[in-house]
Amino acid sequence: MSLFKKLFAKISRNDISTLDLLELESLLIEADLGAGVAKKIIENSKSRKNEDFLDSVKRTLSESLSNKSREISYDSEKPTVILIVGVNGTGKTTSAAKLANYLKNENRKVMIAAADTFRAAAVAQIQTWGERLGIPVVFGNDGADPAAVAFDAAKRSITEKFDYLIIDTAGRLHTKDNLMAELEKVKRVVEKIIPVNEVLFVLDGTTGQNGLAQAQIFNESVGVTGLIVTKLDGSAKGGIAIATEAALDLPIKFIGTGETLTDFARFESVKYLEDLTSL
Amino acid sequence: MFDSLTGKFASAFSALRNRGRIGSGDIDEMCGEIRKALLDADVALAVAESFVAKVNERAQAALPELRQSTNQSQAIFAIVNEELISILGGTARRIRLAKNPPTVIMLAGLQGSGKTTLAGKLAHYFKSQGDTPLLVAADLQRPNAVNQLSVVATNAKVPVFAPEVGNGVGDPIKVARDGVAFAREKFHNIVIVDTAGRLGVDIELMNEAKAIRDAINPDEIIFVVDSMIGQDAVRTAQAFLDGVGFDGVALTKLDGDAKGGAALSIAQLTARPIMFVSTGEKLQDFDLFYPDRMASRILGMGDIQSLAEQAKRAFDGDTAAKLEAKFAEGDDFTLEDFLEQMQAMKKMGSMSKLLGMLPGANSGAMKKQLENFDEGEIVRTQAIVQSMTPTERREPKILNGSRRLRIANGSGRSVKEVNSLVDRFSAAQKMMKTMRNGGSIPGLPAGMANSISAQQSAGLRKPLSKNLPKNLPNNLPNKKKSRSGNPAKRAQE
Repeated sequence: MSLFKKLFAKISRNDISTLDLLELESLLIEADLGAGVAKKIIENSKSRKNEDFLDSVKRTLSESLSNKSREISYDSEKPTVILIVGVNGTGKTTSAAKLANYLKNENRKVMIAAADTFRAAAVAQIQTWGERLGIPVVFGNDGADPAAVAFDAAKRSITEKFDYLIIDTAGRLHTKDNLMAELEKVKRVVEKIIPVNEVLFVLDGTTGQNGLAQAQIFNESVGVTGLIVTKLDGSAKGGIAIATEAALDLPIKFIGTGETLTDFARFESVKYLEDLTSL
Repeated sequence: MFDSLTGKFASAFSALRNRGRIGSGDIDEMCGEIRKALLDADVALAVAESFVAKVNERAQAALPELRQSTNQSQAIFAIVNEELISILGGTARRIRLAKNPPTVIMLAGLQGSGKTTLAGKLAHYFKSQGDTPLLVAADLQRPNAVNQLSVVATNAKVPVFAPEVGNGVGDPIKVARDGVAFAREKFHNIVIVDTAGRLGVDIELMNEAKAIRDAINPDEIIFVVDSMIGQDAVRTAQAFLDGVGFDGVALTKLDGDAKGGAALSIAQLTARPIMFVSTGEKLQDFDLFYPDRMASRILGMGDIQSLAEQAKRAFDGDTAAKLEAKFAEGDDFTLEDFLEQMQAMKKMGSMSKLLGMLPGANSGAMKKQLENFDEGEIVRTQAIVQSMTPTERREPKILNGSRRLRIANGSGRSVKEVNSLVDRFSAAQKMMKTMRNGGSIPGLPAGMANSISAQQSAGLRKPLSKNLPKNLPNNLPNKKKSRSGNPAKRAQE
């Protein structure tokens, strides 16, 4: 969780007046926060001479975080539909399974739609998860129209009165207009019979500044409601997630920290900021 | 991929060009711009800084001499180009084949970096080189990784050794060892071992990778890395280097707009060369890595060399010679030649990839068009031509209304599309005539002409014409034509 451990360890060892601001900038950049956020933090800390430096950084970060709810929607009348989107290899399918498990543990009745009909064996991957979790998985054949699979699942989730429908989609690079159009179609088709309540963008925590461009285009295309940040168990600081939340006002809702189903938690910003300053 | 890096370099240089005489301060300013561009592209801080320091030092040292020269900015451009080639790894390196086959290649990397897809592409590549690769499914961790590799292998028409179903069951070390033994027995000369993705900090999994390595004693270990990775790239790479070790790097997902800077830093900081790049979802979207050519692309000079090589490979000598003779004799370029060229083009790989090698192709608008090039258009155009009789192909003039309707029905396209193809073809034919008579190629992108002349004047490369195979002038108009076959582009024209 302590994304900036190294940074704050360093600061707490140094009196800020003696800490080279350029060095601080380097540390922020190395955490993938990006040149923009790094500059803002430095400038704010300069202008708040009387404030404790750590407080200043904490305040800058907390001010840049989104005020939007980090709760996952719930509709008591009809199935709550969650669309999982992102570029290739960020961990969408694993996140979909983890989210299903999380909701199941909240005593919700969950169904998964395997709308990644493109990647070789993706359907099989989510089916395996479904079997392990005891959660029904609706699927088509490899190469089937993902919108059709999602639509079938939406219909079934209504008639069989599920609480949640999680739609796992194929990874696609945000620069491929045709693939983005396909994703828009998935959402559009499902919304013919039921609203899509959440669109969760899965962001690989090891991603660099490109993550922002990804989130931005997915947001424009299908209206992202929150982020799932994955692979935070490595040495990556995941600063891009903070930068993305700050720039696009998209709340981080969940973080993935490992390969097992339970390595998945709600993102709690207050706790997160406390963690930072407690170091 | 490097589009915005290209743009920023370009603006740093143009600021320099606009100075009458370059002073020491101008160089500092340019270096500041370059540093920022590199950091925005996720280039590791240490690499960005040492790069800028070197460029600055060399440019400052050359300054007294440059004062005499007329094109100072070009000389500085050349310094940047050379330093860029050096951070990209200097010279190209290829897979070293083992003296006693099979050559064992092991793939390692983070989860989701694209190992399994790359395994398929590598196998496909080796197969096209006349090798007999075998894929070994030693990723028993991720659900259905084995299944995925099998599908990929089927697509590449390469055999796969997959005795375990995976999903957490089975011993990857045993699978890897048995796979290599199996390859030896069946005389496969190359074995590609796909392993589970792991984090640099996961000691247990790193030890497993080490055990696989020790069991199969690979000739090459390739570290597969996502080009979108951020500043953590260096730490991760170092952890893999210390853990399992690797000989080369493969960059994946270069078809997005990630600038790949962090991944490039790996080559510099670990002193391990980038060997392959993967640029799309199809098996053919795979390239060998050439540092000098990549530097050209980053600096917006295009990659004419790769384009020429691909053309050489696709157009067999006979076709080319025949066409050239025809061309020289003043015979008309016919739809039959067109069809032949189109088939050759298809052999060269996807159109968007080919056009992406042209100078200026990475700039905004063109890049966007390339991303969304409809490859199916070539197939449709081909269908139309194939629905014509040989006479019609030779003499498109005879295509009256009823013939056009027949062709439309035969190819499953509309008469409008047939008409538009015939129109475009006549235009191309006219262009060929102009060229033969010594005219310039109309409609060549301005950026292309510019950067070609920039290359020549900078003396970075031999004059372009020497690098191109003789038949290329025949191909260029063909490409122009196919490109305008895209309805979106047609509308733009």
